[in-house]
Amino acid sequence: MITKKRGAAGQGSWWAGAPGLFYLIALVLAPLVVIVIYSFLSRAKLGVGVKWEFSIAPYVELFYSESLSGERSFDPTYLQIFGNSFLYALITAGVCLLLSIPIAMWIATRPADRRTTLIFLVTIPFWTSLLIRTYAFIIILNDNGPINGFLGAIGAISMPIPMLYTPFATVVGLVYAFLPFMILPIYASAERFDFRLAEAAYDLGAAKWTVLRRIVLPAIRPGIIAGLVLVFIPALGSFLAPELLGGGKTSMIANVIAAQFGASRNWPFGAALSVMVLVITLLVLLVFAVLARRMSRTSGRSSWEVLL
Amino acid sequence: MNMTLRRRPRGTGEALKDFPTFGLVSAAVFAFLYIPLLFVVAYSFNSNRVVTVWKGFSLEWYADVLTNNDIQRALMNSLKVASVATALSVILALGLAIGLLRMARSGSTFAWALIGAPLIIPEIVFAIGTLAFFVQIQMPLGIGAITLAHTAFCIPFALLPIRARLRSVDLSVYEAAADLGANEWRIFRRITLPLLAPGIVAGALLAFIISLDDFIVSYFLAGPGGTTLPVYIFGMIRNAITPGVNALSSLLLLASILIVFISYVITRRKR
Amino acid sequence: MGAALTVRGVTKSFATPEGGEVHALKDVDLDVEDGSFTVLLGPSGCGKTTLLRCVAGLETPDSGEIMLHGERIDQVPVWKRRVNTVFQSYALFPHMTVERNIAFGLEMDGISRKDTIDKVNEALQMVRLDGLGGRKPSQLSGGQQQRVALARALAKQPEVLLLDEPLSALDLKLRRGMQLELKRLQRETSITFILVTHDQEEAMAMGDQVAVFDSGEIVQIGAPRDVYLAPRTRFVADFIGEANVLPAQWSGDSISIPGFDDLHRSLIVGSESAGEFVAVRPENVIIEQAESGNGTVIEVLFVGGLLHVEVEVQGSTVSARQSSMVAESGWMPAIGDRVQVGFRAGSVRVVEA
Repeated sequence: MITKKRGAAGQGSWWAGAPGLFYLIALVLAPLVVIVIYSFLSRAKLGVGVKWEFSIAPYVELFYSESLSGERSFDPTYLQIFGNSFLYALITAGVCLLLSIPIAMWIATRPADRRTTLIFLVTIPFWTSLLIRTYAFIIILNDNGPINGFLGAIGAISMPIPMLYTPFATVVGLVYAFLPFMILPIYASAERFDFRLAEAAYDLGAAKWTVLRRIVLPAIRPGIIAGLVLVFIPALGSFLAPELLGGGKTSMIANVIAAQFGASRNWPFGAALSVMVLVITLLVLLVFAVLARRMSRTSGRSSWEVLL
Repeated sequence: MNMTLRRRPRGTGEALKDFPTFGLVSAAVFAFLYIPLLFVVAYSFNSNRVVTVWKGFSLEWYADVLTNNDIQRALMNSLKVASVATALSVILALGLAIGLLRMARSGSTFAWALIGAPLIIPEIVFAIGTLAFFVQIQMPLGIGAITLAHTAFCIPFALLPIRARLRSVDLSVYEAAADLGANEWRIFRRITLPLLAPGIVAGALLAFIISLDDFIVSYFLAGPGGTTLPVYIFGMIRNAITPGVNALSSLLLLASILIVFISYVITRRKR
Repeated sequence: MGAALTVRGVTKSFATPEGGEVHALKDVDLDVEDGSFTVLLGPSGCGKTTLLRCVAGLETPDSGEIMLHGERIDQVPVWKRRVNTVFQSYALFPHMTVERNIAFGLEMDGISRKDTIDKVNEALQMVRLDGLGGRKPSQLSGGQQQRVALARALAKQPEVLLLDEPLSALDLKLRRGMQLELKRLQRETSITFILVTHDQEEAMAMGDQVAVFDSGEIVQIGAPRDVYLAPRTRFVADFIGEANVLPAQWSGDSISIPGFDDLHRSLIVGSESAGEFVAVRPENVIIEQAESGNGTVIEVLFVGGLLHVEVEVQGSTVSARQSSMVAESGWMPAIGDRVQVGFRAGSVRVVEA
């Protein structure tokens, strides 16, 4: 594991990282392993914890429900929730992308000193509590909130438009929560873009939109792909937005998982759902890695490292 | 901002770089990012119990929040967790930053996967995984458990500014110190640490707010008596939404923004 | 005077990222006299810096011995060697003032506070930076930073001072000044200096002894004048000053160079054994106008008081350099002129490939 680099004097050694690695193995890797193990065990009598008895029931439950008489029948409830989560996460990623390309390009074309300030302004909301950021939309979207208030005041509506506790509110909350994750990687690509290429394209007779489509977009594609992953994955597993803004109507996977460790008291099933989320996460990352390698330029840097 | 659409742009390079409507969209996105937070703060001064029906200006909710015993207890819990998690994560991150530079490629790939995992894995999975793990090893829930879990996902935030700083140091500086008679330990104390100081402070500040603001992991690991500030706020939102929630949220927002701003200034000034 | 530094059979190789191996040093021997100024000269990647770093202790040789005043030091850790380095990038500690930088090495030796202050001031005076001790390195010019790096290393009064391309970051004018300064410092302190450079003029100007490196080996070592006048190999002839290197072949008692009259052994200097090439400095090439000559002028350049003429002789290009005064003789070379090319007596040197 030790590298023989030129001039090792005084730069420390790889084992300086050992305590950190052990910590992460104990508190990141071990919990994930426990989740995988739990997903193959049986439900405990009182619901807290598990019974150490091998079972694939948690995975069967994903597709089938059992009636009181013990009869199994296909039940699409959870598949639908997975489908919903996918759909919301996709819409979120799409909306974030549409908003992020213009702002990332715009910031990347400002003078250097203003760029850092503008990017800092983009990141500030990210550093505030996600709970509070989600809560803000309870205030904004509710029937007495500023939007309905404004529309009522100018006479556009006579009855408040119900926005809170709808899928719309959930998606708005998700977009708000993860927008910086899209802007930053795209900006990172856009900032490295050599605008002399655009000038060359103009010189060859291309119009603005052609330059954007044919020259700029291909150049910032690594950033776009990184952004899509960084928004899609956390959006898929999001808990707070559907919990606070979606009401009971729009559950996502995270809410179902939380319920299994709370009121429903079915830890193995909750673990199985989590394993599914992990598998999806890994698949998305794998696709990303393949795409990134194909474009090679972003490789070598961890995808999230671009964020900071 | 150049918002006029011309088919063949001529003139300054600056105008050539602009794309029509991008400036406008950017302004709208900035508004979208900040207006919701401004509403949270604005309604914290509402004297009405119903948060979104404006009655008049009042500071009573701040007084209310600041004198509430439960909130004070939650705040103390949050501060304890954040301080210890910050200290732990900074020490581990410092070691990782130094170690990562000396690791072979395979080693550092593995390390990066571990470091990045808590960021990329949906937080709910990390939260219930840690819960299951702690229950399995019979670790009692509460602020101790929360602190251990927070440390894990604070490490990457502490690591990045330290690493950025470390990578900007000219390697021959260490060689010069050794050449002038300093052994490994003296190099670390006299050269490495002082040079990394701004990165360490910035990393600590980031780790602190990440821990302070966390809700989901704290929520699942709180157990009885482990209520942190965000967990308390969640309870308030669930019960009855009053401007009190806004007042408390505004204070937390202010703290976060202040801390991240200081961290930003430190990294900018010393680089 | 005894030997300050003795290097015997030092070998060092590095693994390349592609999995290969680079032999940076191949069985290198070197003797450095106490109080002398030695220059290690060579193109980049020739191993000269690696040797310097081995002496400093920043690299460990794979095999061989390094002795400092007769004591083996190759296994002694860097911080215990009585050898100090002036780094190419200066490597000043950015978080310390100039004074703290200079004091650092003294503190590491456990020297008392009072003595440290005295020595720091002395060092600052020596490099003519009095009054700038309170500044941070970032507030100094490149030349000033260079002096701080020197002062910092000299303050420890090392047995040998190593200088790794110390002047390469300075502009030409400043570099000339610093060369004189370094010579002066070396004389005044009588500390043994070993300087690495790729600039042959710098090496000529500064060294008491110059060691020329090529691909990990010292190919020639000696006084600058000797190395210049009597290059042993084609590489040295080419690298130090300018030289026309022409293929040559011994035939009996004379040597034949394509395009030229055969030269008798008595007119030739240098090694006789392995001669496949001859080297002639441009100033020793004589050209005369001659319709039936052996060459054609292909380029004429005026450089100050000198005239550079390039002549093609049977496929090879020969450079000649003459005082422009030659023009007074009535003939001025022009492109296309037929000329007779010859060499000054005793200036043709046989060199190894």
